Amino acid sequence: MDGMSLLTITVLAVFVGFEVVSKVSSTLHTPLMSGANAIHGIILVGAIIVAGQAADPWVLAVALLAVVLATANLVGGFVVTDRMLEMFRGRQRPASKVDAVEPAEERRP
Amino acid sequence: MTLLNPTWTALLYLAAAACFILALKGLNSPRTARRGNLIGALGALLAVVTVFVSVKLDNIPWILGAIAVGSGVAAPVARRVQMTQMPQLVALFNGVGGGAAALVALLELSHSDDPWVRLAIVFTLLVGAVSFAGSGVTFAKLQGLMTTRPVTFPGLPALMALVLLAAVGAGVVVMLNGSLVLALTLLVLGLAAGILLVLPVGGADVPIVISLLNAFTGLAVAASGLVLGNVLLVVAGTLVGASGTILTRAMAAAMGRSVAGIMFGAFKGGSTAGSTAVSERPVRSSSAEDVAVLLGYAQRVIIVPGYGLAVAQGQHTAAELALALEARGIDVDFAIHPVAGRMPGHMNVLLAEANVPYESLKEMSDINSDFRTADVALVVGANDVVNPAAKTTSGSPIYGMPILEVADARQVVFLKRSMRPGFAGIENELLYEPQTTLLFGDAKDSLTKVLGAVKAL
Repeated sequence: MDGMSLLTITVLAVFVGFEVVSKVSSTLHTPLMSGANAIHGIILVGAIIVAGQAADPWVLAVALLAVVLATANLVGGFVVTDRMLEMFRGRQRPASKVDAVEPAEERRP
Repeated sequence: MTLLNPTWTALLYLAAAACFILALKGLNSPRTARRGNLIGALGALLAVVTVFVSVKLDNIPWILGAIAVGSGVAAPVARRVQMTQMPQLVALFNGVGGGAAALVALLELSHSDDPWVRLAIVFTLLVGAVSFAGSGVTFAKLQGLMTTRPVTFPGLPALMALVLLAAVGAGVVVMLNGSLVLALTLLVLGLAAGILLVLPVGGADVPIVISLLNAFTGLAVAASGLVLGNVLLVVAGTLVGASGTILTRAMAAAMGRSVAGIMFGAFKGGSTAGSTAVSERPVRSSSAEDVAVLLGYAQRVIIVPGYGLAVAQGQHTAAELALALEARGIDVDFAIHPVAGRMPGHMNVLLAEANVPYESLKEMSDINSDFRTADVALVVGANDVVNPAAKTTSGSPIYGMPILEVADARQVVFLKRSMRPGFAGIENELLYEPQTTLLFGDAKDSLTKVLGAVKAL
């Protein structure tokens, strides 16, 4: 892909990035940060490409180290975010009505 | 094996990128957050499968082995980590991501002859290394492996300037001739810069630094995408870089800080007042029964949870105590400071786990005026977020941070382990005020005793 298209995509991605998190409440700052953290673990794709093209054993070793680190970032990031968000069950809405998804057992008697 | 054609590859990457955007969007609301995270993970899986079927790869068994090692280590750790240790784990994952980006860039150096591509390599190397080392230091600070207080020494700003200058010099040479030795030098300089950047940051500001380094890693990943000509890496990295920047600013705003102030405040000096010395001044300590009487005959009680509650795993007991008080007809709310615990939202997560209903968790701006009408403010394992020094002592590291106005309540009860100061390392004058009562001990033990005494009233 040529440089101009990449630049266009980058600039548009900046605006999307600004837009998607502009109005998030402080309650969700931590999970959001953790989720974004997981997403940049996608560097794994780059690490796989480099490792897959390595001919020299040293290059392969360093590339495999990158694969391990990137996988830890990607997998660990999504799992830990899910862990945090598990805790948000049962307090779905500020509304006082008991909704169908989460039965009354989640609420206080 | 036949490889996927470029059009299909591009389409699959596009789908993965869309998943990432939907993931961030979903994380905006508690209702859709978990689904959002799953969509993100799905996008990542799609992207990894795509790379295997679209690029001619050697060493596949090795790569699969490395992926197995990475997931085998990270997933159980992430699954089992205590909620209190979550922040440092996020820092750690962020750091290794930055490290991976730097390594990828280093290995691509020999394949690139375009100076502009080499510029992207230089950027990835430097920023990835800063993120790796900086996250390492934040991890050490949060894990208690080193002091949480700002670490400064004379000449730190000069040293930092020197390192950055050397990095720019090395970067220019690498860009022009692609020297591997200088690229390695750049990596080392990046690591040094990362350490120097985070050392002077005080404990209470560490969450904001994690968020900032998260944005850095995003930018490093985006630059590595430019190096490899991979659009998905560019989009995903840029998304994280941009959203991470906004998030960092939002977190800093919630604490009444500016990002520049946090990063450079300690460099300027003068903002590191505070002491870990334990004062000998008298305080009023009391028994669980006395506290139970205070609480049991109040009309309105506001509970202020903090890190101590999280460490002691006392959230369930706190929720029970709230129930017991409500059964006596007492109005009970939880006042949540935006950065109570170690990260924004930390307390909400813990109390939600203990099934405290959403309506009882009040944000700081909503509840601060209510302390005036409260009979008792029960501070459980919190310190810095109720410390009036944030309003009165201009030299204090937390000066300017909005606090919960517990001093306005008729009575203030602190459940504390000891007189040791909080994370920011400064004393709390409120502990010595006449309306303050202290109950020493582990937060969960104290809560259990108070709960028993309330039930016996």
